Amino acid sequence: MRHIISILLENEAGALSRVSGLFSARAFNIESLTVAPTEDASLSRMTIVSVGSDDVIEQITKQLNKLIEVVKVVDLSEAPHIERELMVVKVRAIGKDREEMKRTADIFRGRIIDVTESTYVVELTGNTAKLDAFIEAIDRTLILEAVRTGVCGIGRGDRILRA
Amino acid sequence: MLLTGAEIVIRCLQEEKVEFVFGYPGGSVLYIYDELFKQDKFKHVLVRHEQAAVHAADAYSRSSQKVGVCLVTSGPGVTNAVTGIATAYMDSIPLVVLTGQVPTAYIGQDAFQECDTVGITRPCVKHNFLVKDVKDLATTIKKAFYLAKTGRPGPVLVDIPKDITNHKCEFSYPQSVTMRSYNPVIKGHAGQIKKALQLLHGAKRPMVYAGGGVILSDAAEVLTKLVKKLGFPITNTLMGLGGYPATDKQFVGMLGMHGTVEANMAMQHCDVLLAIGARFDDRVIGNPAHFNEESRKIIHIDIDPSSISKRVKVDVPIVGNVADVLDDMLKLIEVAEARSDAQALAAWWLQIEQWRAKNCLKYKQNSNVIMPQYVIEKLYEVTGGDAFITSDVGQHQMWAAQYYKFDKPRRWINSGGLGTMGFGLPAAMGTRFANPDATVACVTGEASIQMCIQELSTCKQYRLPIKIINLNNRYLGMVRQWQEMFHGNRYAESYINALPDFVKLAEAYGHVGMQITQPADVEPALRRAFTEHQNDLVFLDFITDQTANVFPMVAAGKGLSQMILAEDL
Repeated sequence: MRHIISILLENEAGALSRVSGLFSARAFNIESLTVAPTEDASLSRMTIVSVGSDDVIEQITKQLNKLIEVVKVVDLSEAPHIERELMVVKVRAIGKDREEMKRTADIFRGRIIDVTESTYVVELTGNTAKLDAFIEAIDRTLILEAVRTGVCGIGRGDRILRA
Repeated sequence: MLLTGAEIVIRCLQEEKVEFVFGYPGGSVLYIYDELFKQDKFKHVLVRHEQAAVHAADAYSRSSQKVGVCLVTSGPGVTNAVTGIATAYMDSIPLVVLTGQVPTAYIGQDAFQECDTVGITRPCVKHNFLVKDVKDLATTIKKAFYLAKTGRPGPVLVDIPKDITNHKCEFSYPQSVTMRSYNPVIKGHAGQIKKALQLLHGAKRPMVYAGGGVILSDAAEVLTKLVKKLGFPITNTLMGLGGYPATDKQFVGMLGMHGTVEANMAMQHCDVLLAIGARFDDRVIGNPAHFNEESRKIIHIDIDPSSISKRVKVDVPIVGNVADVLDDMLKLIEVAEARSDAQALAAWWLQIEQWRAKNCLKYKQNSNVIMPQYVIEKLYEVTGGDAFITSDVGQHQMWAAQYYKFDKPRRWINSGGLGTMGFGLPAAMGTRFANPDATVACVTGEASIQMCIQELSTCKQYRLPIKIINLNNRYLGMVRQWQEMFHGNRYAESYINALPDFVKLAEAYGHVGMQITQPADVEPALRRAFTEHQNDLVFLDFITDQTANVFPMVAAGKGLSQMILAEDL
C-alpha cells in the first residue's frame, strides 16, 4: 500500500541524512521525499511517500520517531488528507502540436510559464495520479524534460500536525 | 570566567562525575589532553588501539551501570573506534564518545586526518553532534550524557573541531536539558499492564523470556521476585544472562541458537509468553514463520516501541522502562485475587522437566584431551561462580554462556548483537576499572584474542590482574563447526596456522603465561592463577579438543524445536 508520511523535525544540519540514511539502512522504500522549513524556522517538514505492508509502515513510523531530531510523525494516508505535487515539463511545441499542447495543458488546469518559438514550459499541480495522467495524455516524444517535486500533503479539517 | 573549549570539555566530564576516560591522543585532541594533564579528578586510561578504548568504556558501563566515556582523535582515531561504537550500539550500551576533528575551516577540505565522523558513525550511534561553536559545547556534552543513559541507552558521539577546543567562552554547566523531540516513555500503560496480568493468570503453559533490557534497567531483583511469585519457567537471552539467577530451579537456561532443549521447547510451546527487554532476534527465535506455527499470546515489555512487533506480532505491547513496568506488575500481582491455574502449571512443569531430563549440555569427557566445556565448568567452580566474565565471540562465548551459571546481573560481559571478536580483553580492562577488587576473567579463543592482543601492554601499565582463559583449538571454532555441518567439511581458511607461543607472548608483555595440555591439569592451573597469581595477569593457554562443537544448535533458518543435539551425531 502507498502511504504518505509527514514528519516534523528539527531544522538542523544533517537531519535529512538521518532520515534518508534510516530508509536505506533498513531497506525501506522511498517513492518521493520533499523537505523545507516551516513557518517556524526551527522546524522542517518532510513528506515521504513509501510503499509497504502495514507492518513495514508501522516500523517506518516507529523508527522515524526514534530519531532524536524527529519531533512528530504522522501517516497522512490513515485519514482524509490532501496531497499535491508540482511538475514542470518542457515540451516541443511546433506546428499543430503547439495548439494541441496548449489545449491539453488547459484541460489539466496547467499553466504555460515559458514560451519560445519551439517550446513551452508547462506548470502543473495536483496529486500524483493527475500528473501521471497528463504525461499519458500528451505525445511522449514531445517531452524534452520533466521535473517533479514529489508529494507534499496535509490532513483535512481538524487534523493538524504541529510541534 | 572565560574557559577554552578544552577546559570546558574537562569541566563537563568532572561535572558528570566521570571516573575514567579511555582514550588515545592525537593531533586534533591535543588541547584537550593538555587540560586533562593538568587535573586529577578523573583518570585517563591509555589504550593501545582506539577500538579497545571504546570496548573498555563499554564494558566499564556494562559492569557498573555508569556511562562509559572515551576520547579519540580525528580520522583514523575515529575509524578505529567505529567497531567499538557499533558494538555498543547493537547492545544498547550508554557511552559518550568524544572525537577530535580538524579545525572548522578545514572541514571538507580533505585535511590531514580528516574524516566525516558524523557521517561515518551516524548509523551506529543513538545520536551524534558536530560542535560548531564553543558556546554550544557544554550544552552538547550535557545532551550527550542525557541521551546516552535515558530511554533505550546507546552511544552518543560529540565531534569537536580543534579550533573549538582553543576558543574561549563563559562556562556554565546546565543542570538539566529538555529536548522537545525526545521524550522516552518510562511508566507502562496501566491498562496494558492489567491486560497482561489477566493473560498471565489465565495461562496454561506460561513462559518468561527476559533479555538485556533487564540488565540495562537494573531490573534483575524485581524480575526475580515477580517470576518467583508467578512460579513460571524463565529463560534468559545471551544478553540477559544474570538477569535471573541461573542456579534457581525455575531457570531453564539460555534460549536460542545454542539454547537448552527445555528453554527452546518451552518457548515454542508456551501459550502465554511474557517477553521483557528482549527483541526476538534471529539468534533467539530462529525462523519467525516456524515460531508462529504455534499459537500463543505474547506480552512484550520494552522501552523502545520499534522493538515491539518488529519480527513477531505482539498481543499486549507495553512501552516503558522494564524496571518500572515490572514494579507496577508486581504490585498488582500481590493484591490480585486471580491466581495462576496451579494444576495446569504443574502439568506444564512436568513437561518441562521431561525436556530438562534430556540433559542437553552433557558432553563426552576425555582423559587425554581437554574438553573446552570442562574448562568453563572448572572456571565456574574455582571462581565460586562470582567472577566477572568477559568473552570474545565464537564457540568459547557460547560455552561460557552455557556452562558458567550467572546468578547476578552485570557479571556476563559479551558482544551479543554485533558479535565483535576482539571485545574480550579490552572489555576485561573496563570491567576491572569499574570493579577494582573484583575477579575478572576473559574467556577467549586463540583467534579472538589476537584481534586486540596489543592491550596486554595496557594491562601491564595499569597492573590489571585479568585471567585470560584461552580455549585454544587451533581453529576458528564456530566457523569450523558450520563448515563441518553445512559445508561438507571444507575448512576454508578456518585453521589458524603459525600461532604464537602464548606463554612467551604473555611473558614478553611482562605477564604470567601457562600452557595446559592435560585435562588433569586444568583445575590446578586455574587454582594457581586465581590464588598464587591473584595479582598478576595470567594468560592460561588451554590446548583443547579440536573437534568439539557447540550443542544444542538450531541451524540458521530453522525453528526452535528443530535443534540438533550432541547425541544426534
